[in-house]
Amino acid sequence: MPDNSETPKQQHKRRTVLKAGGAAAIAGIAAAHSVTEASAATQAQDAALAADTEASAVPIVLTVNGQARQLRVEPRVTLLDALRERLDLTGTKKGCDRGECGACTVLVDGRRIKSCLTLAVMRQDCAITTVEGLAKGDDLHPVQAAFIRHDAFQCGGCTSGQIMSAVAVIDEGHTGSTDEIREWMSGNICRCAAYPNIVAAVQDAAKEKRP
Amino acid sequence: MKNFEYARANNPADAVRLVGDRPGATFIAGGTDLLNLMKDGAQTHDRIVDVNGLALTDISHGNGFLRVGALARMADVGAHRAVREKFPVVSQALLASASPQVRNMASIGGNLLQRTRCGYFRDTGSACNKRIPGSGCPAIDGENRGHAVLGVSDHCIAAHPSDLAVSLIAVDAVVLTNGPHGERRIPFGDFHLAPGDTPERENVLTHGELIVGLELPLTPAAAKSQYLKLRDRATFEFAVVSVAAALDLRGRTVNDVRLAFGGIATKPWRSTDAEAVLRGRALDTATIDAAGRAAVHGAIPRAHNAFKIDLVQRALSRVLHELGGVR
Ligand SMILES: Cc1cc2nc3c(=O)[nH]c(=O)nc-3n(C[C@H](O)[C@H](O)[C@H](O)COP(=O)(O)OP(=O)(O)OC[C@H]3O[C@@H](n4cnc5c(N)ncnc54)[C@H](O)[C@@H]3O)c2cc1C
Ligand code: FES
Ligand code: FES
Repeated sequence: MPDNSETPKQQHKRRTVLKAGGAAAIAGIAAAHSVTEASAATQAQDAALAADTEASAVPIVLTVNGQARQLRVEPRVTLLDALRERLDLTGTKKGCDRGECGACTVLVDGRRIKSCLTLAVMRQDCAITTVEGLAKGDDLHPVQAAFIRHDAFQCGGCTSGQIMSAVAVIDEGHTGSTDEIREWMSGNICRCAAYPNIVAAVQDAAKEKRP
Repeated sequence: MKNFEYARANNPADAVRLVGDRPGATFIAGGTDLLNLMKDGAQTHDRIVDVNGLALTDISHGNGFLRVGALARMADVGAHRAVREKFPVVSQALLASASPQVRNMASIGGNLLQRTRCGYFRDTGSACNKRIPGSGCPAIDGENRGHAVLGVSDHCIAAHPSDLAVSLIAVDAVVLTNGPHGERRIPFGDFHLAPGDTPERENVLTHGELIVGLELPLTPAAAKSQYLKLRDRATFEFAVVSVAAALDLRGRTVNDVRLAFGGIATKPWRSTDAEAVLRGRALDTATIDAAGRAAVHGAIPRAHNAFKIDLVQRALSRVLHELGGVR
């Protein structure tokens, strides 16, 4: 069911910034899924010079944790920022915003990716799973339960990313040994160095199969 | 990040036109390098053309070669059975690159065009001849531990960061493109450019030219190949030095060989001089050492990177001893 969760409070006003940087941004081309639309929009470039923030934002639908969510984003908005700032799904964390820490890991069509390195507009036809989508009601996902059992976090900053990666690593079948787990979990950095407990949690969760 | 127009291309011709039409336009595939560069301000574009809708993800067999689509993901190519069996060096280079999440996102075409990790290049507060031609190269007398010793010029010493690219030279890959001037086949060794006095030009592609795929010729050397990557931590790090070797031995004699290096050069670096030392000779420790010396001949060390000259020879020695079964 579509759920337009955009409240006035959440509609960021960035007119000044955009006028400086996004002179050519136009809603038509930004939304363009067909080339004809795109070329038509190119010809309308003069009009675009007057475009402001609202005009450059495009309506998109993201399917997150099984729900279709409608929102308006500028093309430059990363999936990470769309999830956190627009859809209020703050379980996904922003660490480095450069692909280096893994805190922003989500699943897209079942594969783990770093949501800070992709644009929300590029992920419209995908099934996105965030840490909020793992539990079934009060039933924690086995990986979440294993992280608690093994005390696999300290500050928690990296934890949702670790958990999303762990879910994927188990799916991928890269849990044959602690070395293999360490290698395939290496895209997730833990500044508290909770690694021994994270590896133990992944190993433990890998023994369970979710129905 | 400055804002931009976003358009999705439905076929290669549209993609080429949408980028070719506009000087400030560029393609986006995985976005894993482009978005970092745009966030840092090292690159700006007024139009981004999403090529992920193009049917260029296949890995298929041709007559005497394997064809890999430009939009195949690093993870999928690295794990592909034919790549593992016929081109182990390519699979190993891919699986030693970045992190599992990045490999799930990043494409083969984008990988070849990723830009240097030189800190001065990525920092808009610094001068950089690559980013602003003529502004100077602070790395030459600055922090240069990560920089190149081969293929350098007075204008730029930035190292090329791609592991995949190094492995592709060692298997004689061909880059297939489709651009405003039609289709092209570019031998891998001709694809990247050393900086010379135009460090802003990193490859031979013209504006709007789309990489559509790679052709990897099936050869005995490629089937017996290896990648060794040395880094500052065990994994999830760029190479300090790396070696890609492909070796066709007849008995103890080297029938054919390819040697390529990463971390030490401004572009993916093949050493035909080192290959020439080995070709036709019996593979033993003395010839391997001689090949190593030939590989680094003419290297120009700087304040912090001289150690690479020694390290890369030892890396090469290890790879050739292992590949050749030399004790
Ligand atoms: C944290 C991190 C660690 C990394 N570690 C490593 C590592 O250890 N080794 C390594 O080799 N790499 C590493 N990388 C780099 C990574 O491999 C590249 O970012 C990635 O391969 C780029 O591919 P992409 O599809 O995401 O390209 P994009 O970011 O989408 O594009 C990169 C460039 O290529 C152009 N482009 C993309 N596709 C095409 C095409 N088909 N035709 C023409 N132009 C095209 C784009 O216009 C852009 O200029 C790392 C990256 C990150 C973020
Ligand atoms: S926030 Fe995405 S990897 Fe660090
Ligand atoms: S628990 Fe603090 S960063 Fe991992």
